[in-house]
Amino acid sequence: MNIDKKIADDLVANDVSFVTTVPCKQLAGVIEEIDQRDDIFHIPSNKEDEGMGLCAGAFMGGKRPAIIMQNTAIGVTINTLATLTQFYRMPLPMIISYRGELREPVACQVEMAVHTKALLAQLNIPTYHFHWQKDVEEFDNILKYTFMCNKPVAILTDANFWGGYGDQ
Amino acid sequence: MIRSEILKEIAPILNPHLVVCNIGLPSQELHMIDDNERNFYMLGTMGLSSSIGFGLALAQDKPVISIDGDGSVLTNLGTLPTIANNATGNYTLLIIDNGSYGSTGDQPTYAGQKTSLAAVATACGCENVIEVQDKDLGPVLQSAIDSDEMTIIVCKCDSGNIKLPVITLDPVVIRHRFMEAVKA
Repeated sequence: MNIDKKIADDLVANDVSFVTTVPCKQLAGVIEEIDQRDDIFHIPSNKEDEGMGLCAGAFMGGKRPAIIMQNTAIGVTINTLATLTQFYRMPLPMIISYRGELREPVACQVEMAVHTKALLAQLNIPTYHFHWQKDVEEFDNILKYTFMCNKPVAILTDANFWGGYGDQ
Repeated sequence: MIRSEILKEIAPILNPHLVVCNIGLPSQELHMIDDNERNFYMLGTMGLSSSIGFGLALAQDKPVISIDGDGSVLTNLGTLPTIANNATGNYTLLIIDNGSYGSTGDQPTYAGQKTSLAAVATACGCENVIEVQDKDLGPVLQSAIDSDEMTIIVCKCDSGNIKLPVITLDPVVIRHRFMEAVKA
């Protein structure tokens, strides 16, 4: 299965037409796939809280948004998630590269990985963890759930899901 | 002129349009001067007025004005290259630059010292950047809204605040009525 294509297909099928990204090596394939889709306006952000602001505006303008970023961004965006996305009740699927998990070669990434799920839990953000490629089959349902409940929702995607990071 | 005097003067120009207004006193002042459903008041999240307004402008065709402050723009400088490189003609960024963090007690910002936000915006790739003195803002803002080109306005003015209450509207109400105005 091509998981990059499946993620982009599911975004399009759920009318997600405004996607902002902050890159991660693991996310390079899906970002490239999204960039090539005519049905999706792709706007790279310089920082993830900026991206969440763009998504909030796009949502109020009638588009369904999504953000693609690394889990280190949770450390950057807690205020924005609480005081913008959650306070105003806006939907935001967050496709997150879960660095610092199994098959991670960079030790520093583990330092944010050990806080990631705890921070998301503290924020009461529904959180899903994709570890096996077949987990992507749930992505379509997660998108529907996000736009049903008007909440930010996290999809953590680890190195094993993406086929390894630097070890193959 | 201080910011509240400027907002009073430009309120009739802003009134027909979608406005995303910065956190704290700017939103409280706009709310007092001309509350309407086309205003999106930020109750938190310093720095994102420019980004929220830009996302809105990209998503639909109506003119959008983001009202920001020099302190808030300094918080989110990284969005200026994003705005410059994805320019859309229906967007106007109005930076009211009083050289201070007004809502927190008028502490000085670097924009009131050596840093020129107009030069920063230009260096980031924004093509229509206008620095204007407070008393001259009205016609400049009107022509920016009427123009098909995206414009960044840096309005230099005095530091100072008036006393007024916080906004007690529920955020979901602010968002809902704003979205209805976007669709209207």
